Amino acid sequence: MTRPTPETIAHRIHATPATVAAQAGHHQPERAAERHPVPTPPGPAKVTGAQSLVKALESLGVEVAFGIPGGAILPAYDPIYDSSVRHILVRHEQGAGHAATGYAQATGKVGVCIATSGPGATNLVTPIADAYMDSVAVVAITGQVARPAIGTDAFQEADIQGITLPITKHNFLVQNAEEIPRVLAEAFHLASTGRPGPVLVDVPKDVLQAQTTFSWPPTLDLPGYRPTLHPHGKQIREAARLMTGAKRPVLYVGGGVLKAGATEALRKLAELTGIPVVTTLMARGAFPDSHQQHLGMPGMHGSVAAVYALQKADLLVALGARFDDRVTGKLDSFAPDAAIVHADIDPAEIGKNRAADVPIVGDAKYVIEELLGAIAAEQAAGRAGDRTAWWAQLDDLRQRYPLGYDEPSDGTLAPQYVIERIGKLAGPDAIYCAGVGQHQMWASQFISYEKPHTWLNSGGAGTMGYAVPAAMGAKVGQPDTTVWAIDGDGCFQMTNQELATCALERIPIKVAVINNGNLGMVRQWQTLFYGERYSNTDLGTHKHRIPDFVKLAEALGCVGLRCETKEDVDKTIEAAMAINDAPVVIDFVVGKDAMVWPMVAAGTSNDEIMFARGVRPAFDEDEL
Amino acid sequence: MSKHTLSVLVENKPGVLARVSGLFSRRGFNIDSLAVGETEHAEISRITIVVNADESPLEQVTKQLNKLVNVLKIVELDPVQSVQRELVLVKVRADRAIRSQVLETVNLFRARVIDVAPDTLTIEATGTADKLDALLRDLEPYGIKEMVQSGMVAIGRGSRSITTGPALRAA
Repeated sequence: MTRPTPETIAHRIHATPATVAAQAGHHQPERAAERHPVPTPPGPAKVTGAQSLVKALESLGVEVAFGIPGGAILPAYDPIYDSSVRHILVRHEQGAGHAATGYAQATGKVGVCIATSGPGATNLVTPIADAYMDSVAVVAITGQVARPAIGTDAFQEADIQGITLPITKHNFLVQNAEEIPRVLAEAFHLASTGRPGPVLVDVPKDVLQAQTTFSWPPTLDLPGYRPTLHPHGKQIREAARLMTGAKRPVLYVGGGVLKAGATEALRKLAELTGIPVVTTLMARGAFPDSHQQHLGMPGMHGSVAAVYALQKADLLVALGARFDDRVTGKLDSFAPDAAIVHADIDPAEIGKNRAADVPIVGDAKYVIEELLGAIAAEQAAGRAGDRTAWWAQLDDLRQRYPLGYDEPSDGTLAPQYVIERIGKLAGPDAIYCAGVGQHQMWASQFISYEKPHTWLNSGGAGTMGYAVPAAMGAKVGQPDTTVWAIDGDGCFQMTNQELATCALERIPIKVAVINNGNLGMVRQWQTLFYGERYSNTDLGTHKHRIPDFVKLAEALGCVGLRCETKEDVDKTIEAAMAINDAPVVIDFVVGKDAMVWPMVAAGTSNDEIMFARGVRPAFDEDEL
Repeated sequence: MSKHTLSVLVENKPGVLARVSGLFSRRGFNIDSLAVGETEHAEISRITIVVNADESPLEQVTKQLNKLVNVLKIVELDPVQSVQRELVLVKVRADRAIRSQVLETVNLFRARVIDVAPDTLTIEATGTADKLDALLRDLEPYGIKEMVQSGMVAIGRGSRSITTGPALRAA
């Protein structure tokens, strides 16, 4: 690739006075090797709006876009036909959106999806909302009806700018063709800097058809956008003082650490201080699961040690995390004795759910790097906390309440076992991409994540159907990496049509359908909270084998495998691993009664965590 | 809960008001009063919002407003350190028998008559919300036929200006 990446463009544009504060330091330095020099910009060329759009995408370094053409966006598809941007024709716009998200999460680059006006654009709403909740850099480009028709309820008209107002970081309705290069550059800059997020660019058809000129690079005009990257020194010193003095501190690590490319710095910070680490669902892989200081995931289905550590801590150092309700449980009983150091690039997250004693606004990488210096200074002055007692408690809990599961008493296949084996056989270099539900929680619990960007899922929005298209996007972004979608039979039926895209475009992902015949997580709640009244959760994929996932896979141009017994699990996974020229779907027929444990019931305190059904961990309160 | 007056400087672009007002409703705030207009910079508009909120949710909504890309600056105006004005136009029943009494009320409040009909007077008044409330209370017995009121606008006292500074230079 000789074209500039969005990062290099953002770098260069940052130098303009309008955005001088918004330096490009946020991009993942670990991926710096992927940056390339920017070629000499071409002079103004006479083009159509559509050509300008495609040239802008090329100039921004876009390698791939996922989309579907239609009436209003049609002019743009003509120059795409012979562009260096690879366009992947998906089967549903939702697939395009999640694929862009998966691509962005796996590569750290901006994901791009394209749809036409009206229903094409509204089909992007779910993946845009999903990317917004999980702060993923996605640019969505939609066609709009011609300017004179806007507001007339024209054929395939939808006010997608209005519709996506609450679920985008920003959005644009392009008013004339001259704006196209600038708007695209602004969209990429906004999506990828500060707290990343989706940006939508809506382009009327007549703007695409208009004659204009194209020159690059444009000057960004974003006077109101000035993300704070560097933390305040006083706050850092105060945080360092608390961190060295605390008896029961915890590093509460969120997805922001991955987005900032701060995982190596985090490891140094953990090792310098000896503080225990928990990684949220969005941060799995930010700190190696095998690391001695890692207590696992906190929250509703977190490990006992991680949940306990947060509850009993005297200091929480939240790094790029947002005190989500799935982590805190009942908010007013969350970590009642903890002082809070809260570092986030988004000032609005600080104090939103929990008041911070030391608020730090900044990019997680700079925050951690500056903490390293400040803590080293504290330690040099002879101040270092003694955490022997704290670690003794946590180690005891880890030992007494490890993550685990029981073999189903009815002799069915344990879903956790299947997922655990996939993780073991595919190893820490593979990318794992989950849908939403029980299988997602098990994939977070029973696969060991050692490296950043190897765990993709829909955390904030909880979008069923995320896995297959997101895995497709991840595989396009990391073609040399094995990509597993770990999906449920419910989720899989929402977006599996993208397997046709994978088959035709030669995107050989592997899909493990953890098929328990039910909407498993909902069924679990019905078991626990609705008196085992299983209203509308049986999908019939067991009872009637409708659909037959093996036949479905074959119909979609994939290899379909089925596994129903424990003895066959490894063989089947290995068979799938041996196929690299086609997507593979494995129908793992598993028991329907397995449940996700530990569990903190919704709306209750984390202190009420259940290790298994009817089993509460015995915390020795007297020790504290 | 207490009333707060926010002056929000925004880029003068289409749809900005929808972004700002949408944010308030989305985050569960009721806007008591809203006024939008141009400033001395053609490319900057000023939105004055009066909102009833506790300190901590107000801080959250202010931070969320700051995240809007088109928002340039937000200043909360202290009621003592600023001047607030609203405008009301009111059509009052005022036939010959009571016209002089109505005019006396108008004069007392330093309001102005801007339209006259045989049986009504249309009155324009500016002032703080309290003053306008008092005026309307006094006019009420005569019979208010129609009334329209603007949102509040406010500006800080003294020589300092919120529309200068590095945040706005580029706009």
